[in-house]
Amino acid sequence: MVGITPRPLDRDAIEAVVAWTGAGAILTFVGVARDTFEGRAVLGLEYEVYPELAVPEMAAIRDEIHARWPGARLAMVHRTGRVGLGEASVIIAVAAPHRDQAYQASRAAIEALKARVPIWKKELYRDGASWKANAPAAEAT
Amino acid sequence: MKVRVRHFAALRERRGTESEELDVPAGVTVADLYRSLFPPVGGQSLRVMYAVNQSWAPPDHPLAEGDEVAFIPPLGGG
Repeated sequence: MVGITPRPLDRDAIEAVVAWTGAGAILTFVGVARDTFEGRAVLGLEYEVYPELAVPEMAAIRDEIHARWPGARLAMVHRTGRVGLGEASVIIAVAAPHRDQAYQASRAAIEALKARVPIWKKELYRDGASWKANAPAAEAT
Repeated sequence: MKVRVRHFAALRERRGTESEELDVPAGVTVADLYRSLFPPVGGQSLRVMYAVNQSWAPPDHPLAEGDEVAFIPPLGGG
């Protein structure tokens, strides 16, 4: 399962999608809305998405992960709209036969999402708001 | 030649709308259209990627009648 939703993300449900008896590890990454950026208080986040391009791109990332780490199963869901502090903005669950594959696949998936999936983030402050671009990724192996 | 343009994030706010139906000259490229709708401000142009008909496209991709065009400003997912 990959996709976007304006609803709060359900970690258990996303993990359940990838769980299977051949997995020796299930690794779940949760991206969370943080309360500061460079010392400035952030009140919340607002995500905007180009759904018709974002969801196929997420599916392509999943398929690439499955091809690169045979036996891995990946699910990835991103929240849209307003996300409150401490709430999950993205959840990526990977089940794999061995933990090394799960760690590598999870890292590759979040870096690919940040670089390729058309989603934008606005930070909301008490006195304004600003669109925040992702920094170029550190190379994930 | 009519095309539909969709705007997102900072570009949506700058343009003041989520989408437009525009009549553009035949042979115009996706990057040409971007430059005409979003001229540089203070000598600075936002670095964008391009999508045509909901797939990634290079800057020199020529537009065709009925295309859906989107300019993709720097991403912030995650």
